[in-house]
Amino acid sequence: MLLSVDSINVYYGRIHAVRDISFEVAKGEVVTLIGANGAGKTTILQTISGILQPKSGTIKYEGVEIQNKPAYKILQSGLAQVPEGRRIFTNLTVRENLEMGAYTRHDKEGITEDLKKSFSRFPRLEERRNQHAGTLSGGEQQMLAIARALMSKPKLLLLDEPSMGLSPLLVQEIFRIIRDVNEDGTTVLLVEQNAQLALSVADRGYVLETGKVIMSGGAKTLLVDERIKAAYLGGEA
Amino acid sequence: MYFLVQLINGLQIGSIYALIALGYTMVYGIIKLINFAHGDIMMVGAYLALLLLNNGIPIIPAMLISMAGCAIFGIIIERLAYKPLRKSSRLSALITAIGVSLLLQNAAMLVFGSAARTFPDLTKGMPSFQLGSNSVNILTVISIVLAIVVMIALQLFVTRSKAGTAMRAVSEDTDAAELMGINVNTTISMTFAIGSGLAAFAAILFCMAYPQVTPYMGAMPGIKAFIAAVLGGIGVIPGAMIGGFILGVIEALTKAYIPSGYSALSDAVVFAILIIVLLVKPSGLLGRPQREKV
Repeated sequence: MLLSVDSINVYYGRIHAVRDISFEVAKGEVVTLIGANGAGKTTILQTISGILQPKSGTIKYEGVEIQNKPAYKILQSGLAQVPEGRRIFTNLTVRENLEMGAYTRHDKEGITEDLKKSFSRFPRLEERRNQHAGTLSGGEQQMLAIARALMSKPKLLLLDEPSMGLSPLLVQEIFRIIRDVNEDGTTVLLVEQNAQLALSVADRGYVLETGKVIMSGGAKTLLVDERIKAAYLGGEA
Repeated sequence: MYFLVQLINGLQIGSIYALIALGYTMVYGIIKLINFAHGDIMMVGAYLALLLLNNGIPIIPAMLISMAGCAIFGIIIERLAYKPLRKSSRLSALITAIGVSLLLQNAAMLVFGSAARTFPDLTKGMPSFQLGSNSVNILTVISIVLAIVVMIALQLFVTRSKAGTAMRAVSEDTDAAELMGINVNTTISMTFAIGSGLAAFAAILFCMAYPQVTPYMGAMPGIKAFIAAVLGGIGVIPGAMIGGFILGVIEALTKAYIPSGYSALSDAVVFAILIIVLLVKPSGLLGRPQREKV
């Protein structure tokens, strides 16, 4: 397993946000965590990335426990996150944002090469590379956030609500990119409120409710599950 | 000619305010703390330089050692006093900063005594030139130029280098910066080191103009540099530079043109500027209005 999360408990002050959650991500997979607002999805990703520390439980990445490592070390081991709300650096230029994505790398030529790659994947970013990232549209900002995370050459990419606040057309575009990134060999852990969309790109899914996993299985199985349909797919799938 | 001389005086004191203001503004930018102990770091720098000069060390190495010493000192203060409070309310950190300020002043009094010590006259033996009936020492001009060079170097570092870009990233969004693999603690230490080093540099320039070293010498320049930082827009590096120079020139010109006997009024003018800025444009000359993070 590339990532195994084993019965972690995470608190926000006194709030028990994540209860005994366990799940796994194998190399090459797209795994999704779905669930309503407040189910603890973002908390889980923040904990994997090292921004939050679990009170108990272990997180193993490539067999090594990482739950007590600082965030910057976790990134160095090959695990990057596209955070909720994009969190791009609005006062930095597009290019500087991408360079910050490659902050831990020292291979200058490789970085230049990957800058070119991101610009060919996201031509809009190339046009705007010297603009402040704050001037970008929502969709462009999301693309920048993904491109920035990819600049660290992660083996595992965590994506937190990449569809949030985007038009349906842009959402399609973003999900096409996610599939593309996965086909290039990057394992993806995707957190989404839009369950149908998430399950349509994922291999497997875990359904969360108030900090607990209530169901898991293959994405195709979950997509047709009556309970999931009723709760998350608006019954229309 | 008299005006020109006063303008040079203003630029000299302004460059000192600007250098100190940079420390305020950089620290504020990165951890949102008004480091009220910053003026006292300058005082520590002055004592350090004084000790080195009195022991026969030439001015350039004395200046560099004093800057390095203060840089390390700044890092230590941040680690001991501010880092444990990083997740607490900003008010707790602010009160701690005032505490650190008092601690430094009293520690200096304990170590060096409360009597003022005289800083060696560095202008001695340096050429000066005449402007009308006033003579201006070449060192005054050199110190202004040097201060400007240092500020340009800082601006280039912050905008062009990878470490400087990381600093701006941390100041905008600490968590996101950490997700990029930036070591936030190191970046904060670096900020304190640069700010404190600049304060030591300012201390030496200050002692050239006012050759007296006392435990409280950092208080007034510290407050004025803080006003300069607010005037320019706190958190904005070029703002601190511009604010410092504007404040210095205003102060020098008020001192020069109000009747003698009322020269203390120049301080009142400086504080009035703070009040006006806070009333009219709280974000400062170069600051953008704060957006609340959601």
